Amino acid sequence: MSLAWVLTLGAFLFSVGVYGVLARKNAVLVLMSIELMLNSVNINLIAFNAWFRDSAAVGQIFALFIITVAAAEVGVGLAIVLLVFRNRKTINVDEVDLLKW
Amino acid sequence: MVAALFAQEAAGATHVANIVTRNAWIIPAIPAIAVVLIWALGKRLPRGGSEIGIIGMLAAAILSYVVLANYIGGNGPLVVKQLQWFPFGLGQKLGLGIRMDGLTAIMFPVVTTVSLMVQIYSTGYMHGEKRFTWYYTALNLFTGSMLLLVVSNNLLQLLVGWELVGICSYLLIGFWWEEKANSDAAIKAFITTKTGDIPFLIGIFVLFASTHTFDIGQIIAKAEAHQIPTITLTAAAILLFGGAVGKSAQFPLYVWLPDAMAGPTPVSALIHAATMVTAGVFLVARMFPVFEGSVAAMNVVAIIGAVTMVLAALLAMVQDDIKRVLAYSTISQLAYMMAALGVGAGNAGIFHLYTHAWFKALLFLGAGSVIHSVHSNNMSEMGGLRKVMPTTYWTFVVATLALAGIFPFAGFWSKDEILTEAFRVGYGSTAAHGTAWVGYLVYGVGVLTAFLTAFYMSRAVHLTFEGEYRGAGHPHESPRAMTLPLQILGVLSVVAGFVGIPAWRHGFAAWVGVGGEVKVSSANFWLIAISLLVALGGLYLGRRLYMPAPATEPLERLGWFHTLLVNKYYLDDFYMNGIVKPIRDSISQAMYWLNQNVFDGAVNGAAAVTRAGARKLYDNVDQKVIDGTVNAVGIGTQDGSRFLRYIQSGDVQRYAAVLFGGVAVLVLLFTLVFR
Repeated sequence: MSLAWVLTLGAFLFSVGVYGVLARKNAVLVLMSIELMLNSVNINLIAFNAWFRDSAAVGQIFALFIITVAAAEVGVGLAIVLLVFRNRKTINVDEVDLLKW
Repeated sequence: MVAALFAQEAAGATHVANIVTRNAWIIPAIPAIAVVLIWALGKRLPRGGSEIGIIGMLAAAILSYVVLANYIGGNGPLVVKQLQWFPFGLGQKLGLGIRMDGLTAIMFPVVTTVSLMVQIYSTGYMHGEKRFTWYYTALNLFTGSMLLLVVSNNLLQLLVGWELVGICSYLLIGFWWEEKANSDAAIKAFITTKTGDIPFLIGIFVLFASTHTFDIGQIIAKAEAHQIPTITLTAAAILLFGGAVGKSAQFPLYVWLPDAMAGPTPVSALIHAATMVTAGVFLVARMFPVFEGSVAAMNVVAIIGAVTMVLAALLAMVQDDIKRVLAYSTISQLAYMMAALGVGAGNAGIFHLYTHAWFKALLFLGAGSVIHSVHSNNMSEMGGLRKVMPTTYWTFVVATLALAGIFPFAGFWSKDEILTEAFRVGYGSTAAHGTAWVGYLVYGVGVLTAFLTAFYMSRAVHLTFEGEYRGAGHPHESPRAMTLPLQILGVLSVVAGFVGIPAWRHGFAAWVGVGGEVKVSSANFWLIAISLLVALGGLYLGRRLYMPAPATEPLERLGWFHTLLVNKYYLDDFYMNGIVKPIRDSISQAMYWLNQNVFDGAVNGAAAVTRAGARKLYDNVDQKVIDGTVNAVGIGTQDGSRFLRYIQSGDVQRYAAVLFGGVAVLVLLFTLVFR
């Protein structure tokens, strides 16, 4: 299997994530789209790690870090979403515009 | 011959300085500590702080004699020690130090002993005064300052002591300041001596400009090595002498001393007879090599001394106030010391300072005892006190004989030595310094003054103690606290002169070693006979004229001369009408007008111009330029942000879109443009 296929898959998933972040109204779905983008990056890291035959496995270690960070990010993000819902009875991101001038 | 003798003296082994001499700073420190203690605790003590003063002064006096023991017999050590006080320009360091030599060693016992006597005496004399504690504070401050003055190793430190004794004198003359006359006298004394201090200060600067040091030892060494030009020495010596003229009450600045008698009598004994007024003599003796380097300066000192001694002695003859007789006598005797220094007889001058301190302190304390008893200063209200005040009478007579110079009392030895030395300068036999006619002048005037001195003292004794009592009230002998110092000083007035008898080659002159003559046997039978006869004649004339007390003053027969003396040569009137009033009335008025119209006008004008300028500056520069700039920045920011704020919509997804758009642009840039 050539590298190009795998990278194409990564790029596709990333594009889906970008679309989700920009287009979805539901904050939970926005968070999920972000996870999708992070995982597409993980695929790229693993693919390049395999293609370079890196004995130190730097790509894999990086991917593990990203998984950990993503878990933490989702934990914080969902907590924020939860509190926003309690205060404003909605999780639509276009209705949460408190930072507007 | 003299030089050979001097070399012989100098070659002798120098004594090792004992522990007190090496730490002589402790002697001025004791009264200084006493001042603080009396000030802080005095009012709570049963004797109002006098006990602290007396105990401290007793300790200081004992230490002083320990120091003096180092110098007895000559070849005393020279101890110079100093701490750095502060550094100043030209890489100089001003020290705070001591300079122990024979001169200081003589001054210490004189100052501390007279101070001790006066403090004991004052417990009786000042008993019940409301400012008793303050009086003792000032006495001890004075003593400490005087000791600081004599122990100084540099001229600025000496000046500090000098001014401190001046201020103490001012405080104590005005001790009874409730009466205007007393505070006037204090101010007069302060300002008159200050007039002399100005040339003194300039003289110090002249010496500094020439030698780049204030250190007395270095200045003396340079003066002796002829490293200072003669013209500089002359100027410096005459300027320094100006300070001595003020402090030691010499012509023409002697007018403050008689008025200083407004203070308590023990103060007169301590400050205005025995110690402070000798500071001027001490200064000349301390800087003696500077004076010796200039014949002109020496002649000025000698002539001022000669003029002052006879003028003051004449004035003493016509005074009714017993303290004023003694005040003029003090001026006259200080002039003796100055004249001795002026003819180069430094040791003889200091010898007279030392003997004079005892008998003049005794005379003042005796006069104080009389005043304490009859409650009047005027001899016209005294008389017949011999029987009621025997101790005072006998001690007063001893002091009178000492002052008149009768053999073998203390004053005889010192006065005779001065006259002999002056005559020798005139005669030219061993004239180390000075001009012959100046020597003869000092001798002639000195003999005349000796006659006048004997006469006025005889007059004072007979008017005070003989005949019938002319005052009101019941005179009585003074308490023990007052008669004990009289007796001690009476003994000293008899024996103190024996340390300097001409036969003793290692006597007083060798201890002091100021310079000038070295002790050679200076006794000359005819000179002694002349001065003794003159003194006896003066005493006899006084007894003849004032025993019994005459109804009218016999000296009035002198006519216009008597009037001149009563009016004190019109010198005070001249100062008042010729100097004080013109300055006060015309120059001060003119300066006031000038101040009000010209200076204030200039100041006000400058202020108005400044204000107008400032107003213009405010209107144009501050309001328009500076505030304008600030406002423009503010307004510009506000206007700009009115458009920029639309970017901040609060919509997270729009931010994310911008973010991704930006990333896309960067990617395109890096892949296509910057590759």
